[in-house]
Amino acid sequence: MKSLIPALLLIFCLAVVSLFVGVSDVSLWSVLNGTADQRQVMILLASRVPRTIALLLAGSGIAIAGMILQMLARNRFVEPSTTGTVESAGLGMLVVLLLAPDMPVMAKMLVAAVFALAGTGMFLAVLRAIPLRSVLMVPLVGIMLGGMISAVTTFFAYRFDLFQSMGAWANGDFSAVLRGRYETLWVAFALTIAAYIAADRFTVAGMGEEFSTNLGLNYRRIMAIGLVIVSMVTASVVVTAGVVPFLGLIVPNIVSMAMGDNLRKSLPWIGICGAGLILACDIVGRTINAPFEIPVGTVLGIIGSLFFLYLLLRRQSRVA
Amino acid sequence: MIGISGVSKSYGQTVVIDDVSLTLPKGGLTSIIGPNGAGKSTLMSMIARLLPIDRGTVMVDGLDVALTAGDALAKRLSILRQDNHLAARLTVSDLVSFGRYPYSKGRLTDEDRGHIERALTYLGLDELKHRFLDELSGGQRQRAFVAMVLAQDTDYMLFDEPLNNLDIRHAVAMMKLLRDAAKDLGKTVVVVLHDINFASCYSDHIVVMRRGRLFRQGVPEEIIREEILIETYETDFKVRDMDGNRIATFY
Amino acid sequence: MSPDEIRKSSRLILLCLAALALISMVAFMTLGAKGSWSFVLSFRGTRLAAMLIVAYAIAVSTVLFQTITGNRILTPALTGFDALYVLLQTSIVFLFGAATLTGLDPQLMFIAEVAIMVGFSLALYRLLFGSGRHNVHLVVLIGIVLGGLFRSMSGFLQRIISPDDFVVLQDRLFASFNVTDQTLVGVSALLIGLVTIAIWRMFSVFDVMMLGRDTAVALGVDHKAMTMRILVLISVLVSISTALVGPVTFFGLLVANLAYILMPAAKHRIMLPAAVLVAIICLVGGQTILERVFAFDTALSIIIEFAGGLFFIVFLLKGRVR
Repeated sequence: MKSLIPALLLIFCLAVVSLFVGVSDVSLWSVLNGTADQRQVMILLASRVPRTIALLLAGSGIAIAGMILQMLARNRFVEPSTTGTVESAGLGMLVVLLLAPDMPVMAKMLVAAVFALAGTGMFLAVLRAIPLRSVLMVPLVGIMLGGMISAVTTFFAYRFDLFQSMGAWANGDFSAVLRGRYETLWVAFALTIAAYIAADRFTVAGMGEEFSTNLGLNYRRIMAIGLVIVSMVTASVVVTAGVVPFLGLIVPNIVSMAMGDNLRKSLPWIGICGAGLILACDIVGRTINAPFEIPVGTVLGIIGSLFFLYLLLRRQSRVA
Repeated sequence: MIGISGVSKSYGQTVVIDDVSLTLPKGGLTSIIGPNGAGKSTLMSMIARLLPIDRGTVMVDGLDVALTAGDALAKRLSILRQDNHLAARLTVSDLVSFGRYPYSKGRLTDEDRGHIERALTYLGLDELKHRFLDELSGGQRQRAFVAMVLAQDTDYMLFDEPLNNLDIRHAVAMMKLLRDAAKDLGKTVVVVLHDINFASCYSDHIVVMRRGRLFRQGVPEEIIREEILIETYETDFKVRDMDGNRIATFY
Repeated sequence: MSPDEIRKSSRLILLCLAALALISMVAFMTLGAKGSWSFVLSFRGTRLAAMLIVAYAIAVSTVLFQTITGNRILTPALTGFDALYVLLQTSIVFLFGAATLTGLDPQLMFIAEVAIMVGFSLALYRLLFGSGRHNVHLVVLIGIVLGGLFRSMSGFLQRIISPDDFVVLQDRLFASFNVTDQTLVGVSALLIGLVTIAIWRMFSVFDVMMLGRDTAVALGVDHKAMTMRILVLISVLVSISTALVGPVTFFGLLVANLAYILMPAAKHRIMLPAAVLVAIICLVGGQTILERVFAFDTALSIIIEFAGGLFFIVFLLKGRVR
């Protein structure tokens, strides 16, 4: 646990950088020595602080959700965007936009979460029913299910001219995160704490139904708890910022390679690495083409996939 | 004759085959035995040019397998690996016809058809030849693949653990068949085996591999001996003579 | 089934498919036509030609891809081939600007793009399949991740090019079954012809490749060279279909698996034509029904994605897809 402290310090530094990077010039010194004018303080409190907190919460949440999903599906290659979870949450958003566009954010999140729950449940049900599933089949089924669900979403979005508003969440972007519009992410945070408390159960569930039952655990209940956590976390991130790809895939894999799959030990690391990675990517996205922003989803897609490829190829050359 | 000289293979730091030189005689049945990880299957794959050779050469009747054209070699030497899983839906006779590909390139002549029919009959597949592979039991499917190799009609036939997934009755039938193919058809049959007693009872020649190296070779009477088996497998053995065969027990 | 029965029933099924394909083509050309016939025929004729080319390209590329990977749940699209094409388009606009591009002959441009695409995908997949590695699972996983990388990189470049360039790019990328780029129909047809000549004599080799690498090598096929040749064909076909209608993920899956289920045996000689015919029926027939009967205009690709996914999962559940 002691080794977590330097990691936390690093996250803190990244968070401070994130607070002071952006179009409007707000410097750390001016805030510390009180020379910052009111507008700068306003920007800091209304935009930068919410954005940074949102990034931290979303990053750790998605990474941990990815890990839990990998345990539930018993497959290292799944994450919320390859299991139909994200797409289902998107369909939920569309339904809200069509039927009750004035709902408060929290209610929108709940609707999206219910849809995400249904979609992920469907994915796991399909997996259970497939004879002879191969390692590769699992993410493919998820991608396909996601494709079907997003086809439904696209179809209705076209019909009702909502395509543009739906397009907005397709690529994770935290630039629109303001005070009052990110607080649902605290729900995700609470759930990741719950996940940590239940960590041992997920570790056991990851070894399969027979194994869990043998140890006297109620497998179905663990599955249900895990599903609720994954769906709520995903829905809150999707509602606030949109799809964040690869994070839920690479962070758990990297942590697992480094320290194995005992979630009691590895979950805090997964949370920290997730938060750190998304913060770093967001800072890169804000600085590389300033004053324009590149969405964090795009940056993560590039950095994440390159890194994952590196891991795969390195492992391949070792094993092959 | 298969001449293996100075052959090595390594994956990164791990040496899997370490400087093996060995001559497999023409004719008869040769078994390769040894503990897990001894490099038996790797060696066999290199003989059949399924794996590139890092160092050394393998010559089959004077042809260097690394340099000879693939289709020319396919008329001299055939191999059957384990785990022959197919996504495609094929009938038994379709599969066996592929054995003639090196000769016909897909256009079967009457001679090819004769080979296919004989191979099907030899393996007792006449009744099953129009069935699809996915409708067969594991043992029947294994026989279909062996029939394909037989139809390829090569002087050398290599089998990587052909007894996997076979029950005792089918395992005995398969070994008898391979021995008869060597004896009646004049083929050279090389098999990787896990079961020492099958190797003892059916082989003309046994090769023992250990830790990527050639450990011993010779006729069964020379190899199936307590001191050699104990050293090879690092397990206690008793060897008894039963009805003219040497049987090893290790319980 | 005996070889004769197989031959007879395959011929019968192929004939039925051909008849259905013909009916859907005629229906597409004639149903609901108003005004001058010569105008209707030439206008619809070009669109029909584009759809036929796309059907052919997707069906053949998917079946061949599944043959070399020995896996019936993969498509070139799933492993990032079409994302590579989109990235290529985007990079060209990024490097040279839209202004220079609009001055060039689009057909020459297209041929150059196909050539670059072939080169790139070969380099990439030689890296993956080369040096004795043949773990299909790993290669495909890497392909999926690469697809994500290409998509993200395209997204990144699209963010930093000028808005004017973006509009031009958008026009080129977001083609659909409805508004295909007609200037490319002729040159695509030519390329399709060349591909057909290339595969004509190779049906038996494809059959052997289907048995997996080890068996193919044991039967004397130069597996690596053949894999590369097939990958070249696939990249040409994917370039054509992506250029004409944009990325389509599950259509190939639907078509190839329908063909596998319909045909009694797995020989390419009958499987490839069957897949092409099924693709034509789905595409042309589907478009006709949507346009003329339901008066939907933009929905075919969406419906195909949905139907493809649904079909696939149902057959997975029934254990029919292996």
